[in-house]
Amino acid sequence: MEKCPSVKSILLLDSEGKRVAVKYYSDDWPTNAAKEAFEKDVFTKTQKTNARTEAEIAMFENNMVVYKFVQDLHFFVTGGEDENELILATVLQGFFDAVGLLLRGNVDKREALENLDLILLCLDEIVDGGIILETDATVIAGKVASHSIDAGAPLSEQTISQALATAREHLTRSLLK
Amino acid sequence: MAQPLVKKDDDHDDEAEYSPFLGIEKGAVLQEARVFNDPQLDPRRCSQVITKLLYLLNQGETFTKIEATEVFFAVTKLFQSRDLGLRRMVYLMIKELSPSSDEVIIVTSSLMKDMNSKTDMYRANAIRVLCRITDGTLLTQIERYLKQAIVDKNPVVASAALVSGIHLLQSNPEIVKRWSNEVQEAMQSRAALVQFHALALLHQIRQNDRLAVSKLVTSLTRGTVRSPLAQCLLIRYTCQVIRESAGNTQTGERPFYDYLESCLRHKAEMVIFEAARAITELNGVTSRELTPAITVLQLFLSSSKPVLRFAAVRTLNKVAMMHPMAVTNCNIDMESLISDQNRSIATLAITTLLKTGNESSVDRLMKQITNFMSDIADEFKIVVVEAIRSLCLKFPLKYRSLMNFLSNILREEGGFEYKKAIVDSIVILIRDIPDAKESGLLHLCEFIEDCEFTYLSTQILHFLGIEGPKTSDPSKYIRYIYNRVHLENATVRASAVSTLAKFGAMVDSLKPRIFVLLRRCLFDSDDEVRDRATLYLNTLGADGAMDETNEDASEFLFGSLDVPLESSDEPFDISSVPREVKVQPLAEKKAPSKKPAGLGAPPSGPTATVDAYEKLLSSIPEFSSFGNLFKSSAPVELTEAETEYAVNVVKHIFDQHVVFQYNCTNTIPEQLLENVTVLVDSSEAEEFAEVASKPLQSLPYDSPGQTFVAFEKPQGVPAVGKFSNILKFIVKEVDTSTGEAEDDGVEDEYRLEDLEVVAADYMQKVGVSNFRNAWENMNPDSERVDEYGLGPRENLSEAVNAVINLLGMQPCEGTEVVPSNSRSHTCLLSGVFIGNVRVLVRLSFGIDGEKEVAMKLARAPAAQQVNSGKLREFGGKTVAAREELRPDKRDKKRKRAGVREGAREKSRETALEVKFAWKKRKGRGRSDGICEELFMGMNREVACNLAFLTINEKGKARMEGWCDGDGLLLLGERRWRGEEEEEGKGSTLAFTEKDGWIEERMRWKGKMDGSSWMYGDEEVEEQHRVEKDGLGCRFDEVVPVIEGPIGEGKGDLGSPDFRVSSN
Repeated sequence: MEKCPSVKSILLLDSEGKRVAVKYYSDDWPTNAAKEAFEKDVFTKTQKTNARTEAEIAMFENNMVVYKFVQDLHFFVTGGEDENELILATVLQGFFDAVGLLLRGNVDKREALENLDLILLCLDEIVDGGIILETDATVIAGKVASHSIDAGAPLSEQTISQALATAREHLTRSLLK
Repeated sequence: MAQPLVKKDDDHDDEAEYSPFLGIEKGAVLQEARVFNDPQLDPRRCSQVITKLLYLLNQGETFTKIEATEVFFAVTKLFQSRDLGLRRMVYLMIKELSPSSDEVIIVTSSLMKDMNSKTDMYRANAIRVLCRITDGTLLTQIERYLKQAIVDKNPVVASAALVSGIHLLQSNPEIVKRWSNEVQEAMQSRAALVQFHALALLHQIRQNDRLAVSKLVTSLTRGTVRSPLAQCLLIRYTCQVIRESAGNTQTGERPFYDYLESCLRHKAEMVIFEAARAITELNGVTSRELTPAITVLQLFLSSSKPVLRFAAVRTLNKVAMMHPMAVTNCNIDMESLISDQNRSIATLAITTLLKTGNESSVDRLMKQITNFMSDIADEFKIVVVEAIRSLCLKFPLKYRSLMNFLSNILREEGGFEYKKAIVDSIVILIRDIPDAKESGLLHLCEFIEDCEFTYLSTQILHFLGIEGPKTSDPSKYIRYIYNRVHLENATVRASAVSTLAKFGAMVDSLKPRIFVLLRRCLFDSDDEVRDRATLYLNTLGADGAMDETNEDASEFLFGSLDVPLESSDEPFDISSVPREVKVQPLAEKKAPSKKPAGLGAPPSGPTATVDAYEKLLSSIPEFSSFGNLFKSSAPVELTEAETEYAVNVVKHIFDQHVVFQYNCTNTIPEQLLENVTVLVDSSEAEEFAEVASKPLQSLPYDSPGQTFVAFEKPQGVPAVGKFSNILKFIVKEVDTSTGEAEDDGVEDEYRLEDLEVVAADYMQKVGVSNFRNAWENMNPDSERVDEYGLGPRENLSEAVNAVINLLGMQPCEGTEVVPSNSRSHTCLLSGVFIGNVRVLVRLSFGIDGEKEVAMKLARAPAAQQVNSGKLREFGGKTVAAREELRPDKRDKKRKRAGVREGAREKSRETALEVKFAWKKRKGRGRSDGICEELFMGMNREVACNLAFLTINEKGKARMEGWCDGDGLLLLGERRWRGEEEEEGKGSTLAFTEKDGWIEERMRWKGKMDGSSWMYGDEEVEEQHRVEKDGLGCRFDEVVPVIEGPIGEGKGDLGSPDFRVSSN
């Protein structure tokens, strides 16, 4: 009990229980097979519940699972059975909202996969080795989204081709919008 | 070049399931990773490739060592780019790859540069990456930067350093402990999470110093901790301090309680909850202390957030175990949670209510639960069942409604675990509440009538066998049990037979009936069932020839196993099972009658088993401390045949000792030997030292005696050596006519042959059932291979036998037999070597033209764990079968004998069997379907009645009970199910017993017409009377109130297919 609140895993699964992005912080699941079995378990046990408005919670086999669904994405945060449920729920909410901000509200599987880099960075900013780094969604999203050229780099160090690439990138982006 | 994340493939465009990673392949992505080496880096493209790599890793793909190294080196090139996004991906990638220490060096300088960068995100992330992959030596180099980072004004950087510190504390505590000043400074940070991380690290640094922790908590609880997470942490630490200071404080006030209580008014829910939970978990918490915590939890119960409701109800559930009264206030809120969408919450609410409810509320609660049970999953049902069980134990007076509830849910659909939980609960209630026994047993009986789980059926039958005979009316269970013999699979049938036998053994009045039933089981299609029936008939003395005492039979039927199979935590050890088969009284009785009497004592000496040796040796005080006997060799003759004194020796191997048992026989009638010892010269056996010897006091003519010599040897070592033996004794002349010995003796000695202790003496012959499996399960590291030339031999077979004898191991799978003229052979051996090491040997032989034999020997001693693990598994499997199968497995021989006897006896018996069946018959008494009745009796007198059953095609309708030949039920009850139930509504049937007559009264609505009947509107009343006789009832006289198709059991109903067979 004297230990730091800790998260054992964060799972982002699709509507069939397949992985979109997962992150494990505990040795409870040593192999990929064990992880997949756990995910299947979590998914089937929560599948039929309605966790779209409020985060739901379930407990099985010493795991506390808080979860929330949106579109075809299922968000899970799991912890040990003695963990404070509300802390896990806070982490879940932070993750959920940060993903919402990063994907600009289009939270579905396709969007998540197309921006998988953002999702992975987001996971990286929420929990580090099981210890909660940040739970505020705007802060998390802010840390992830600061996509830009290193401010410290003088312009002259950019090669012409890089500059061209950047320009082309901006162009394609504006065209695609 | 900038590209969309994945080339859009036209084929996949239309698919509903679109993924940018569709058809992604590791090899291709690794190829793509070559762009990292481009002189002109395209950050966007590189990011995409890293994303793909991370995707692969995330999906569970693994990289080989070489692949990982290649990717790692390629990724390090990307430090050249100044793109922040790409850099972040590089950090992620390095963390995922977790490079080895020699690879780490390559990125260290880049990361250290980033650690001092002006960009905050670089600093924070570089610290986390570096601390993740670094080892102790590197840590001292970067320690300075880390200390700086901890007090960095950017909270992200400070948090990164603090969290890294928490991780590093596990591997390098001495370094991290030096940072405590900086960490303390960070505690003052304005950023909430920095405070949280600093508190966590500070506490971990000081966790072994109770005083420091106490000081920390004292100062912080007075001040203000901003972050809710830090506040939660502080509550946990406070609890620790409270626990550790318990006992020091004599006064009523609990230290820090005020702080915990004040946290209940915190604005963050997680803090409120943490505090409430902490209060409920305080040691010896008083109800006054509990009240504020319960109050906030009660508020949570009606929250709109499921997580909050769950947290509250779970905590209250725990509180209810210790302080049920404190929770009763919440009962109304709790009851509304029974219908909660979240079934976990509902289940917790129910079980809490069950714990806190008082006797008067039980009935109301049960009603609510009944509705609730239908729509929750099995796992939750099990929780509820367990809660109900404990409730019932708490309020034994309420057993009726609770037992009813259990029996109701037992009838519902459900999986095995659930059914098992219910059955277990009923069994426990029957054991603990005597009043509940009869109804509980009947519920169980009813359950096995329609139970799809063999395991549960056998368990219940076993339990019935123990409890049933002790009830007031054991006979009423018989039909349920006997029905099993008709309807179930062989395993259940066999258990039913055992159960019947138990009734027979315990209830004398039922014995004759049981015999009739058991005799019927002699014709079962399954041999186990037949064997059991035969065995029990003999054990219980059905044929009258045996008058075995009841105790023997009961002991046999109810006695426990020789070895408990479910023995706590210890792995099952086969060596604890006695190797000697129990001498059964049956065998003893046979022996004197069949064999000519006075044959004399059984042949003495070498036939005794290992167990006998063990018993003998442990009875000698000098040897009793040697531990378990590992192996006893076969006797080795030390004298020629036909000499004056015949001596053979048995070598007993212990872990640290060897005992030679010299079996001496004096073959000279004129001599009496006294003080017989064996002088052993162990000069050629260096590792052995003589420790004890036990002389034989006297050795008269032709009665063998033993003398022992014990040696000590190094523990667990298979020491070998050669021993020369001299038999020393005092000879006394014996007058053969009188048998008197002279007083004076002469000391004499007799040279015996040398004795050798060889390696094979340390090997137990223990076979394996599947050599290949066993071999593959062995630790490959322990395998040894040697090659030997065996010199010229006559043939391979000779060589093989010689080697087997040399090794003293058990040949497996018949590989000791060498096909004639074969030029090569593989022989598999198995054994257990001293020190309990399992050894498997694979011998490969080859013979060449000159009859030179070469041998290759590969052996694998098993790791001990593998061995015991296997055995444990074996033990586990056996447990399931134990209840019913064990007793007669104990003596297979006896069973076999019984079978023959039973068959013989059967042929003497005149039996009449009448079997008839009919189909589709409308009217009272039989639903449509097939009905089979079996009559059996002696001397053509159809007197017996049997369980009667009809099953329609769907298996839905079923009636059972004792019935007479005419299909009328006697001494039982008739139940309607399915279609019959509808039609037969309002019928009543009652049986009464008076002066040996059974009277049956029946009221129903319908019409009778000759031998058939139909349901209808007219009220019909019938009354039949039959005489009670033996097992069932004999039909004697019927007094119908109105005319009915009643007569003697002729089987003429509806022109059945009628067969009579008599033998």
